[in-house]
Amino acid sequence: MLYPRLIPCLLVKNKGLVKTVRFKNPKYVGDPINAVRIFNEKQVDELMVLNIEATSGNMEPDFKMIENLAAECRMPLCYGGGVKTVEQAQRIVELGVEKVAISSAALDKPELISQIAEQVGSQSVVVVLDVKKRLIGGKYQISTHNGKINTGRCPVEFARQVESLGAGELAINSIDNDGVMKGYDFCLIDKIREAVSLPMTVLGGAGTLEDIGRLIGMYGIVGAAAGSLFVFKGIYRAVLINYPNPHEKEDLIAKNRLTV
Amino acid sequence: MIAIIDYGLGNIKAFANVYKRLNIPHKTASCADDLEGADRFILPGVGAFDQAMQVLQRSGMREPLDEFVLQRRVPILGVCVGMQILAHSSEEGNLPGLGWIDGEVRRLDPSALSHKTYLPHMGWNDISPMRSDGLLQGLNGGSRFYFLHSYYFDCRGNEDVVATTDYGNAFASVVNYRNVYGVQFHPEKSHQNGIQLLKNFGNL
Repeated sequence: MLYPRLIPCLLVKNKGLVKTVRFKNPKYVGDPINAVRIFNEKQVDELMVLNIEATSGNMEPDFKMIENLAAECRMPLCYGGGVKTVEQAQRIVELGVEKVAISSAALDKPELISQIAEQVGSQSVVVVLDVKKRLIGGKYQISTHNGKINTGRCPVEFARQVESLGAGELAINSIDNDGVMKGYDFCLIDKIREAVSLPMTVLGGAGTLEDIGRLIGMYGIVGAAAGSLFVFKGIYRAVLINYPNPHEKEDLIAKNRLTV
Repeated sequence: MIAIIDYGLGNIKAFANVYKRLNIPHKTASCADDLEGADRFILPGVGAFDQAMQVLQRSGMREPLDEFVLQRRVPILGVCVGMQILAHSSEEGNLPGLGWIDGEVRRLDPSALSHKTYLPHMGWNDISPMRSDGLLQGLNGGSRFYFLHSYYFDCRGNEDVVATTDYGNAFASVVNYRNVYGVQFHPEKSHQNGIQLLKNFGNL
């Protein structure tokens, strides 16, 4: 049987790992390669690494860093940040990364999704949607450039387009819940889950393993990603990389798993 | 000496790291000359079928590999797309495959999946071994591996299926014919179970 995935999401800025709150105030939390080594020991299901300054700073992906990460990872790796072309995506896959995430480039030029999928296979194309809820009216809209640009686009409609263009996975990131550790935005996830039948990874808001349990309980096979939860410990947010051990993970899934 | 075939696809370094940790002699092979002296080959792969066939052809290693595998019977392990190109053809592409194991690559049937499952088949899933010698030594039913694919190897002969995995329908997740082995999942990204399998391949 296929299991839900618990995915630490690491944010990279200026070659270091950071963690943000609502996409702001990046706090340095450590060295990426060191973190990967710890996550190897903890046997994590999958790892997601997003460079949060590449697109907004108009930078190329840091291929050297990606190569080092891919070589170190004993689990599947998804890389995102600054990917704008088919050639870049292909190069990243050739460096040994299983999945390439695109976001703002996919919004600018949706056909890029199909073009990349043709070269590297659909299974390796992840589209990340950074979503913000409007204060007035409560409408969900997609942002890019690390949350700085509001595209005004509807995430549900775009998710449908992403699916039809041949992406392999959709990652939904709630800007409002990022780093807040009060739980996922289920309202947002519901809307998108209903609209598409792609594998989905959800990010933004997990503060406890119970939050992840709840997500698994509602959606069964899902990617449950988290940043703060896996890098901070305690109310003072001390940096301590942590991840449930295989038994804890098993219990969490068994306790919450949908019986389909 | 295990040669990890570096034809520009798949995680060469991840395999090398595993073998380094295991203290098993290995090297990467990126041209025909590099293949000499190897008594095992690993054919990695991430990506699409036609792309894999094209870059393998371009690497100049395809013809020599034919001889190593078919004439000299050197064991080879295809991984993910590297497994799929062992077949004659694929619904994903138009180019012929290597044809070293009799079968065709087909798309997983989404209509056979319940509403709680999706394509691609992505994540950790169990294997059910038909036999537990050789490649799967020390790995039990329920051993978990990381999968990432929408296509599967449809073997013509059932005897070539070493293990199956359930996703909608059961499909062949480990195949073997003579000295040719293939795994649909990524052992290089499957923690301890993957290490065990790669160790087994080194000891075949």
